[in-house]
Amino acid sequence: MIDLSVEQLTVSYLRDTSHAALAIDDVTLDLAAGTVLAILGPSGSGKSTLLRAIAGLEVLDAGRVLWRGEDITGMPVHKRGFALMFQDGQLFTHRSVASNVAYALQIARMPVPEQRERVAELLQLVGLDGFGDRRVTELSGGEQQRVALARALAARPRLLLLDEPLSSLDRELRERLGQDLRRILVDTGTTAMFVTHDQGEAVLVADRIGIMMDSRLVQLGDAAQVLAEPATPAVERFLGRQ
Amino acid sequence: MKYAIIAGALMLAVTGCTTTASTAPQPLVLVTHDSFALSEGILDTFTEQTGIPVTVQSAGDAGQLVNTLVLTKDSPLGDVVFGIDNTFASRAVENGVLADYASKDLTSAEDQYLLPAGQGREQLTPIDNGDVCVNVDHEWFAEKGIPEPVTLDDLIKPEYKDLFVTEAANSSSPGLAFLLATIAAFGENGWQEYWTKLMANGVKIDAGWSDAYYVDFSGPSSEGDRPIVVSYASSPPFEVAEGATVAPTGALLDTCFRQTEYAGVIAGTKNEAGAQQLVDFLLSTTVQNDIPESMYVYPVNSKATLPESFVKFAKIAPDPFVVSPADIDKNRETWLAEWAAIAQP
Amino acid sequence: MANASTAVRTPPSIVIATVLGVGVPVAFLAVFFAWPVAAMIGRGVAPEGILDLGGFGEVFSRPRTIRLLGLTLGQAALASVLCVLLGLPVAHVLYRLQFRGRALLRALVLLPFVLPTVVVGVAFRTLLRGTPLDGTFVAIMLALVFFNVAVVVRTVGSAWEGLDPRQEDAARVLGASPARVFLTITLPRLGPSIAAAASIVFLFCATAFGVVLVLGGTQFGTIETEIYLLTTQFLDLRAASVLSVTQLVIVVALLAVVGRVRGSTQRRVAIARRPRRSDAPALVAASLITAALAVPVLALVERSLRTSDGYGFTNFALLAGTGSRNALVVPVWVALGNSLTIAVQATVIAVTIGLVASLVLSRSPRSPTARRALGVFDGALLLPLGVSAVTVGFGFLITLNQPPFDLRSSPILIPIAQALVALPLVVRTVLPVLRSIDPRLRESAAVLGASPWRVLRDVDLSVVARPVLAASGFAFAVALGEFGATSFLSRPDRPTLPVVIYRLIGLPGGDNFGMAIAASVVLAAVTVAVIALVERLRVDTVGAF
Repeated sequence: MIDLSVEQLTVSYLRDTSHAALAIDDVTLDLAAGTVLAILGPSGSGKSTLLRAIAGLEVLDAGRVLWRGEDITGMPVHKRGFALMFQDGQLFTHRSVASNVAYALQIARMPVPEQRERVAELLQLVGLDGFGDRRVTELSGGEQQRVALARALAARPRLLLLDEPLSSLDRELRERLGQDLRRILVDTGTTAMFVTHDQGEAVLVADRIGIMMDSRLVQLGDAAQVLAEPATPAVERFLGRQ
Repeated sequence: MKYAIIAGALMLAVTGCTTTASTAPQPLVLVTHDSFALSEGILDTFTEQTGIPVTVQSAGDAGQLVNTLVLTKDSPLGDVVFGIDNTFASRAVENGVLADYASKDLTSAEDQYLLPAGQGREQLTPIDNGDVCVNVDHEWFAEKGIPEPVTLDDLIKPEYKDLFVTEAANSSSPGLAFLLATIAAFGENGWQEYWTKLMANGVKIDAGWSDAYYVDFSGPSSEGDRPIVVSYASSPPFEVAEGATVAPTGALLDTCFRQTEYAGVIAGTKNEAGAQQLVDFLLSTTVQNDIPESMYVYPVNSKATLPESFVKFAKIAPDPFVVSPADIDKNRETWLAEWAAIAQP
Repeated sequence: MANASTAVRTPPSIVIATVLGVGVPVAFLAVFFAWPVAAMIGRGVAPEGILDLGGFGEVFSRPRTIRLLGLTLGQAALASVLCVLLGLPVAHVLYRLQFRGRALLRALVLLPFVLPTVVVGVAFRTLLRGTPLDGTFVAIMLALVFFNVAVVVRTVGSAWEGLDPRQEDAARVLGASPARVFLTITLPRLGPSIAAAASIVFLFCATAFGVVLVLGGTQFGTIETEIYLLTTQFLDLRAASVLSVTQLVIVVALLAVVGRVRGSTQRRVAIARRPRRSDAPALVAASLITAALAVPVLALVERSLRTSDGYGFTNFALLAGTGSRNALVVPVWVALGNSLTIAVQATVIAVTIGLVASLVLSRSPRSPTARRALGVFDGALLLPLGVSAVTVGFGFLITLNQPPFDLRSSPILIPIAQALVALPLVVRTVLPVLRSIDPRLRESAAVLGASPWRVLRDVDLSVVARPVLAASGFAFAVALGEFGATSFLSRPDRPTLPVVIYRLIGLPGGDNFGMAIAASVVLAAVTVAVIALVERLRVDTVGAF
């Protein structure tokens, strides 16, 4: 079953107050239920904007976003039932670890005892048992990313969007957390889309890979297939450099 | 001080009086209020005559001026003060901030402006005077076919309900003058009742003159809808359009309080002779002829010539209300408190 | 400098620099603020050199004092709350969204802040005359908000601009409605800057003078108007001193409270984005509020163009002259020239001293005593905003009369008085930026072989260059519009533009009123031009103004 459909999505951004440039140009893709799609591309290729556009955080110039056939293009961000995780900087610095994770649960008005239970469960899932009362500013980069993941998963999102979730971490931590991420996504059956410039990370976590270059989605297919058969010389050069 | 000397030297150079420039004498400092103005070149005339340059030092409004002198008594700001009026004269005299000197050029023609003996006659020389009077908008009354008010008593009549605007006595100098006029008119125990009636008749009390005159008064250069305002006897000439022969507004001469402004030598001056010369100069026709056009008040010197607009449109109250400076100083606080209780409940 | 966490011996030149860095601003404040104010208060509480505190009991037993105290506090508190409520949507739109004309709008919002009170008073009264609001408490509130909302917009806006927007994005995707995002994420993070802005507005409102007098119809006095009355009308220095001390106590208490909530600003300049649908409420609110702010300004512009026969530029042409029947000593353009010259001098003084003070304050010494001393110093810099101009002005006259401070008739006293008002605003702009510099940046520069002086130049001064420019523009605008102290000290033959405006509006008939309004429009236009110019430069600031 197809969960997410993106049709001919175009977003421009203001270079300054008078000049606009295209950030994503006519992107179309489908994402099947339960799969993890990695969007791979050099920096500035528009992949983060694509993710934000799907979340509803960008003003669209053209195109549609559909969820299981229903047009959600005009739906407000907070009603979409998605979750988004960034490379860094998204934790609420004025809240504790537990209340960060519980944020979406509070919005859903889950009773407090159940919230506590769910938070504990999630912290265990990401390997941060007992970190609930810590301040997020006291955590290491890897720990912060785990909290962000737990928070994103808390409300059981229909779609999890991840923007370079591992890029700020060192290689060893990245690999370990990448494996954890893959395991958690598969275990929870979450449909996910994540953006990275790192080929290894994409292979580690994703089922399918899309390549974005110069604001366009130039190739989309199964992970192994895309890596084996680059669609254009430019894609080949990009993949080969890594 | 350095700047003052440079300015003085420049002034001398400009006026061509180079004989004393090499040994420029210490300039005289004239302390005055912020409404002080004389045409360009007038003070240079004094320098030409005496070789002494003059610098002007402003010290806020008329009330602040006197207080400044009192506060700086131990280390005076200057040599001569101009702008102490009869409502503040007693405070200046009693605090001993003035040296004894009244201009030797005063004649009997200026007697009417002198302060009572012991209350400033010995220290202060009258320079100019102006009447604070109720002004009316002739055009408004003509249009409505209502007769204009004439006296203070008229202002509490029902036909003038909600037509009068004045200034607060505790934040405005014409406001205080008008209060003093009513005190002189109705007596120390009668003015309170008059003000109660004024309030009941819808008088509007604004904080300052510009507020009352420009916002609430209905005159040609104003925005408001009240045709009666407390202003100066010299205001009507300013409302006369170019070439017109009739003033659109007028002052009610039976409602006036006379403010006289004085000059004096500040106690502690290092140049007493020079300071006395400057006081004399302020009384000379050179300054006196310039006063109407530059400060909108009447010169006290009977030999001064008045400009045409003053002769035509400005009137002098024949018999203005008077409260002695000593009484004003003694009762100011009480009167203002009583007034505030009635007018600013 | 002072924060060296190693035991390395500090070079003597640095010790000297630190002493000077603390000494110069402290000396400036001591000579031109503390001494004059203390002398004035001293005249009141110790007239014969003997302390007499009887005045306190007497003044506080007057019901009038208690009523004025209540009015002052109530009015300032209410105005602060209103300014925050109305300023937030405008700050959001002007500092988080990107659209054409934003720089101009930012400058326009600041306009009321620098317009002469007497002119705004007349403009307001002209608009309100005939409505039930004239002479009411509501009218005062409207005017206070009109004057001060810019403080909130700028202070909070600058902080908001520096907030990482991804926290908000994350919350929204997690299902939080825009209102919830604002209440649970944005507002808590803006807390310190809101507190700082509210406290500055409170100080301005608690010491508001002309506007309260003009719009309140004199029945809504404050401690400030009472000090003015007692000092200039009654020469009752005893009661005035009691009220001055009361004013100081309130200000100090307020600063102590604010000092506790003032946090550090995260330094990260977010990229402003295009407006989207969820911005609609803020956009609507901001449009309404800016439109409301524009009404008195537009009324002024309209009045300046009105002539005896229709509309035209007659009033502006008249500015080349000296007014009807020579109302002025110098043409208005000359006064504008004087204003610009004096404002430049004031700006140089305020920025120099403000920068030095900020450099010192941005260091966190290890000793708790030193740290506490810095905290006191920090608060003292804001004090001039909370003390009556009358007290400072008279204080100047009774203190600065002996060499080496025989300055009473010196032209330098005007820029100094203006700099005193601008100084707190400079520090509040520059200091947050310096505090946000990662100390590791200085350390790494030092490790790379940079001398302490080079570190100061390459790290601190380079980072702070643009905020200093921004502060200069703001100080310049404040100095340009300053009237209270200037009118006290200015020389009649060298008046500033606000002094000339005040004189024009105080004379009847002819062209004087039209000229006063036209001159105000010119003052406003110059101010907007200066601030807009600075806005173009301030790409990278997180300062409080």
